[in-house]
Amino acid sequence: MDGLTQLSLFLQVSVQMGTPILFGTLGGILCEKVGHINLGVEGMMLMGAVFGFMASVATGNPAFAVLAAGIAGAFGALIYAVITVSLRGNHTVTGLALTIFGSGVAGLLGKQLTGMAQPEHVIASFAAYSVPGLSKIPVLGEMFFQQSIYVQIAPVCAVLLYLYLNKTYVGLNLRAIGENPGAADASGIKVNLYKYLHIVAGGFLCGMGGAYLSIVFVPHWQDNITAGIGWIAVALVIFSTWNPLKAIGGAYFFGILRGIGYKLQNADMSLFGRQIQISSQLLDMIPYLMTIIVLVLIVQGKRRENQPPHALGNPYFREER
Amino acid sequence: MIQIVKRPDPSKTQDLLTRLFAVLCALVCASLLMAALGYNPFKVFGNIFIGSTGTLHRIRETIIKTIPLAALSLGVAVAFKMKFWNIGAEGQFYMGAMAAAWVAFNFNRLPMILMLPFMFCAAMLCGGLWALIPAFLKSKFKTSEILVTLMLNYVAVKWITYLQYGPWKDPKAAGFAKMPKFVNAAVLPKVFGVHIGWIIVLVLAVLVHILLNKTKFGYQVSVIGESEYTARYAGISVAKITLIAVIIGGGLCGVAGFMQASAIEHSLTDQLSAGLGFTSVITAWLARLSAPAIIVVSFLFAALLQGSAYIQTAMQIPTAVAEVLQGIILFFVLGSEFFLNYKLVFHKNAKEAA
Repeated sequence: MDGLTQLSLFLQVSVQMGTPILFGTLGGILCEKVGHINLGVEGMMLMGAVFGFMASVATGNPAFAVLAAGIAGAFGALIYAVITVSLRGNHTVTGLALTIFGSGVAGLLGKQLTGMAQPEHVIASFAAYSVPGLSKIPVLGEMFFQQSIYVQIAPVCAVLLYLYLNKTYVGLNLRAIGENPGAADASGIKVNLYKYLHIVAGGFLCGMGGAYLSIVFVPHWQDNITAGIGWIAVALVIFSTWNPLKAIGGAYFFGILRGIGYKLQNADMSLFGRQIQISSQLLDMIPYLMTIIVLVLIVQGKRRENQPPHALGNPYFREER
Repeated sequence: MIQIVKRPDPSKTQDLLTRLFAVLCALVCASLLMAALGYNPFKVFGNIFIGSTGTLHRIRETIIKTIPLAALSLGVAVAFKMKFWNIGAEGQFYMGAMAAAWVAFNFNRLPMILMLPFMFCAAMLCGGLWALIPAFLKSKFKTSEILVTLMLNYVAVKWITYLQYGPWKDPKAAGFAKMPKFVNAAVLPKVFGVHIGWIIVLVLAVLVHILLNKTKFGYQVSVIGESEYTARYAGISVAKITLIAVIIGGGLCGVAGFMQASAIEHSLTDQLSAGLGFTSVITAWLARLSAPAIIVVSFLFAALLQGSAYIQTAMQIPTAVAEVLQGIILFFVLGSEFFLNYKLVFHKNAKEAA
């Protein structure tokens, strides 16, 4: 294999690895834009993964499997929304509870799924296919146009979400709630309704991200199948400065980092004629360290569009306005 | 028309009753879920109880699990008391364990009487310093400590994995990536069949209780937690108190790491915490950040973990059931706080209310 083919193959896998992260990040962005930090992304992804897998095995219908996964994630988000929006619970602890609950549910239900295979029809529906014409583009063709449809949906969702947030009236209302719920409420926006809808929609996306892993990427059941991807997504929400378009780049970048980690598993390399060994564990740290650095930089940068939603994490009490 | 009205400060009994009622509701809800999955809930709960406290040996096992959880929860509680949302207990735990292991590996000629205090101090220092990073970033750049502590957890675990596979790997353990065992002087001795950590944790709980409730420092921490503006107005040096409290909190988590590494594993691995760092956030919060309550709640959670390990072998139910239970209990208790702090007033006539 020549260098270019190797690179394309590598990037192809990186995009696949970035896909569940992207779904999770989009879900997180939606939730944080209405002012709620949801640390339950990992839990919602796991619930989506297990229910998507079960629905797929039970019905053999790919669309139904994805829908079931989304609904499972949305259900988790609904619990979160009831507690944090209506009952004004603490965002952090509720999110953690959701993650614990989700991984428990996945572990409990997943026990019977070990060793099961996905129905052939589902595997065939989500198999990589070549988009005529576009797939011939070097590198980019392999990255995006010789992929499963599931992989391709993710960036489309991101673009749609960007347009929704920034170019529609509803999106404007939504952002107003994240910035100043009191003012939004005073101007007649139904704050709690918006919060509920978008937190739940975010959960739907997270659930879809989880199901990508269990139905397409792996596609068997593994315990703890998300392996911390949900937490990377939480980090990536900040990394992408709450912008769905930047989330696309960010998710694939994290996918590449994970890909490099696999490739370099203690492989010997030579740099400037010297043998060096890059430890994959140290490489694995990079995403997390970079997130911290980005966090510091965006706060330093003071560019308005990069800032977190102003009311992020603050519970909103109409009566105490 | 329903109106939500804030209640005056609820009494301690009200608080306790609400919580107990919430836990009861959670258990009913969990029972329904188990019945739906085809398990007999009475049998499950019965076996969890038997599995965690049925014999002297099992009680010891439960206590052994309580020790690190309680120490971590105490650490988390100190930070939470001033609304510093430290969810980095996991990372601080590993950094503490690493420092303890470093002492054990490099000063292996020390007698136990010097070795253990040395390990204790090193763990406390290292855990505290690790917690200082998010505190520093927060005071300097106003970054969210939730996110920084979360990220640092992963950095810490990856670092331990790196040490385990790289520099600290036991050369004698040919193919296996594991660190050497500690010398005997670095292993916590047993008192009444359980390692001495239980005494350490009880002492720490008393100290934390005194620190938070009976000292000026504790008072300042609570004021900062209630309102930073008030604290500034009252002339409290917010930055200084925050940093000290965070170091103490991180240090306690580090001590938990030291005790696990020394007494349980006799070494350091990247699996040492078993996720207790995240559980401790929950136990600390459920205990309302009160040190005596932390001991009780940690014991109950440890019993749940121990009991679920038992039902896995006894009833072939995955241990994940413990996580589902924790999640449900937490959801209900979180929700119940609302009814503690607010009451709903129903108006018959909507117009009248408006």
